[in-house]
Amino acid sequence: MLSSRLPRLGPWIAKRLFTRNYASIYRGRYNQSTRNRFLQPPAFQQLSLNKLYNGAMIGKHNFLSTTSNEGNEQKETISVTFVDKDGEEQHIRVPVGMSMLEAAHENDIELEGACEGSLACSTCHVIVMDVEYYNKLEDPTDEENDMLDLAFGLSETSRLGCQVIAKPELDGIRLAIPAATRNFAVDGYVPKPH
Amino acid sequence: MQNVVILQARKWFSRSLSSFSSNPLKVCVVGSGPAGFYTAEKMLKAHQQAQVDIIDRLPTPFGLVRSGVAPDHPETKSNSIELTLPENLQQIVINQFSRVAQHEQCSFLGNVTLGSSISLSELRKLYHVVVLAYGAESDRSLGIPGESLKGIYSAREFVWWYNGHPDGRNLDPDLKNTDAAVILGQGNVALDVARILLRPTAELATTDIANYALAALEESSIRKVYLVGRRGPAQAACTAKELREILGIRNVDISIQEVDLRLTPADEEELKSNRIKRRVHELLSKAAAKPRTAGLNQRELHFVFFRKPDSFQESEDRTGHVSGVHFEKTVLKGDGPGKQIAIGTGEFEDIKCGLVLKSIGYKSVPVDGLPFDHKKGIVPNFRGRVLSDTSGDPTLLEEGLYVCGWLKRGPTGIVATNLHCAEETVLSISEDIEKGMLISSAALPKPGREGLLQLLQDRDVRIVSFSDWEKIDSEEKRLGSSRNKPREKLSTWDELHKAALE
Repeated sequence: MLSSRLPRLGPWIAKRLFTRNYASIYRGRYNQSTRNRFLQPPAFQQLSLNKLYNGAMIGKHNFLSTTSNEGNEQKETISVTFVDKDGEEQHIRVPVGMSMLEAAHENDIELEGACEGSLACSTCHVIVMDVEYYNKLEDPTDEENDMLDLAFGLSETSRLGCQVIAKPELDGIRLAIPAATRNFAVDGYVPKPH
Repeated sequence: MQNVVILQARKWFSRSLSSFSSNPLKVCVVGSGPAGFYTAEKMLKAHQQAQVDIIDRLPTPFGLVRSGVAPDHPETKSNSIELTLPENLQQIVINQFSRVAQHEQCSFLGNVTLGSSISLSELRKLYHVVVLAYGAESDRSLGIPGESLKGIYSAREFVWWYNGHPDGRNLDPDLKNTDAAVILGQGNVALDVARILLRPTAELATTDIANYALAALEESSIRKVYLVGRRGPAQAACTAKELREILGIRNVDISIQEVDLRLTPADEEELKSNRIKRRVHELLSKAAAKPRTAGLNQRELHFVFFRKPDSFQESEDRTGHVSGVHFEKTVLKGDGPGKQIAIGTGEFEDIKCGLVLKSIGYKSVPVDGLPFDHKKGIVPNFRGRVLSDTSGDPTLLEEGLYVCGWLKRGPTGIVATNLHCAEETVLSISEDIEKGMLISSAALPKPGREGLLQLLQDRDVRIVSFSDWEKIDSEEKRLGSSRNKPREKLSTWDELHKAALE
C-alpha cells in the first residue's frame, strides 16, 4: 500500500505548500506576521496590488492585501469547525464574505457542491450544531427552501453550505456534514420526488 | 497456513488490479446519464489506474439530462461572489460530465446497445467490473380497458417527443382535435408535461424544444389540462419548486376544489414530518383560495383529486381514438401515515378529452443474463452489488456486476441523488476489490477497451466517440443560433449519425 501512496505524497505536499489560501497549513495558527515574512511583495508593488485587489475576490487572495502598515485592508476571518460523519473535527478560518461551501473546498473538506453554489441541488447540506448560531443566520429564501426540501437527513437547523456566508457574528460556528451515502439507501417513508 | 498464503496471494492480486499499470482495472459503465457519469467520475478518483469505458445506445451522451429536463426551466442564478457564468444546473452538470469523458483514462462509446451490439455476458468477459446504469426506458401500465386507444401516451414518450429524442420523433400527437388533455399522475413529470401544454408558445420559442413540437404546440387547440390523482393533495408526489412554477404561468386559470384540501388525521401526521408535502399543501391552499378569473384567461389548469381511472372511452366519431376517461371516485383508507390507499366508492365521473398522458412511473427494461425483480422493476442488489436472484440473500452475488441509478433504486430522485448512489456503488466495488472478491475472473488482465472495439468492429457497429458527439453538439448550436435558440436538436437517427460520423 505504501508503494502506491509514495508517488502521491510529493504532489500532495506541493499542493499544500503552494495553494493560495494558506489557511490549510496554518490552521488555527493564523499569524499575520508569519504570512508577511513569506509573502510580502516588494514595497513599491504593494500599493498597486492592493488597489487591484480591493473589492475583488479578496476572500481568495487575502495574502496579497495585508501588511502591518495597511492593517485596515486585511480581511477579517472567523473560526469555523466542520464535523464529518465520523465525528472528526476540522477547524478552519474563513474570511468574512466567503460561503461555507467555498471554505470547505479551499480546505479540502469533503462537502459536495454538485451545482457549484447556484441553488440547484442540496448536496452542500450542513447542520448548524448550535441553535444560537442558526438563529443568527438570515432566513432561507424560497429557492433555498425548495432545495433543502430534498436534502438527506434534514434537521431543524439545516442550511445549504453555499448560502451560509461568513460574518463576524458567526465566529465559532460548528457545522456537521450529514452522512448522505448511507442515509438515502435507508428507505424510510419519505418519498423521493423527481 | 495454506489458507493464509492463499489469502495473501489474493490480496496481492487484488491490489495489483489498481496499483500496477501492467494490469489496470478495466471498468465498463452501461449508460451515460447522471448515474453513469457520477460512477465513472468516482471510479477514476478511487482507482487512479483504472480504465473506464462508458457505453450508451444513443450517439448522444448525458441521458435524461439531455432528454428529460424540460426546455422551459428557467435559469437559476448564481449567488456566489465568484465571477462565474450564471449557468443552470443542466449546463453545469453537462460540463462536469464532459470533463469526465475527456479524462485520459475514460472513453465514451456511443451507438453501442447492450443486448444487441453486445451481450451482457460478453461484456463481463471483457471487463473486470461492469456497472449497469441504463435507467428506466419503459412505463408502468394501468391495465384498464381502452389503454391502447389512439391519443393515449405515456408522459415519458411525450417528453422524448418535445425534447427531440430520436425514439420520440415520430410520436406525432394530435393536439388539434380537442380542447382538453387529461394527465394521470401528479408528480413533477406530470407537472412538466402540463406546463409545456399550457405555456404561451412565444416563451417556448427561444428554448431548445424540438422545432416540430413547437410547431404542433403553436397549432394546439388544447385549452384545458386536468392533473388527476387517485388520492389527495397530501399524497401528491410533486415538489414545491415545480408546483410554484406551474401556478405562476401567465394567462392560466387555476382550479382547485377547497373541499379536496381537507386533511384526514393521517394526512396531518404525514404533513407534520414531511417538509415537502407541507409546502406543497400550502401552495395548493393559497391557489385554491384565489378568486377565479375565468374568461379573462385563455387556458385552464384543473387539479383533480380522489379519482381513479376505470377505463378509457372510445370516440364515436373517430374510431380507435380516445374521447374521455371514466373515473371512479375514491376515499382514503388506512390509518397509518404513508399507508393510506385509495379505495373506490362505486360512484363514477367522466372527463372528456382527446389527449391522455399517463405519468404514473417509469419502469426499467431487463436484458438477457440479468437477474431482474419484475415486481419492483429493478435489478436485485445489495448496495449496488447485483444479486443472483430476488430472494434478498446478500451472499448470492453476481461477481463483477454492479448497478447504479434508477436501475438500482427505481425511478425516483433528482440528478444529485445519483451522486450519492454512485458513491455507494463505487464503495461496494472498492470493498470487493480490497477483499479479493473479484479474483476468480480478475486475476488475469482483461481485454477491456481493445477487446470491445475489436468485437464491435467485427460486427460493423459504428461507434460514436466523445469528439464525434462534439460535432453533433456544434452542429446543433449552429442550427439554433440562426433561430435564437440555444440549440436545435438533431432528432432523427440519420441526422445524428450523419453529423457524428461524416
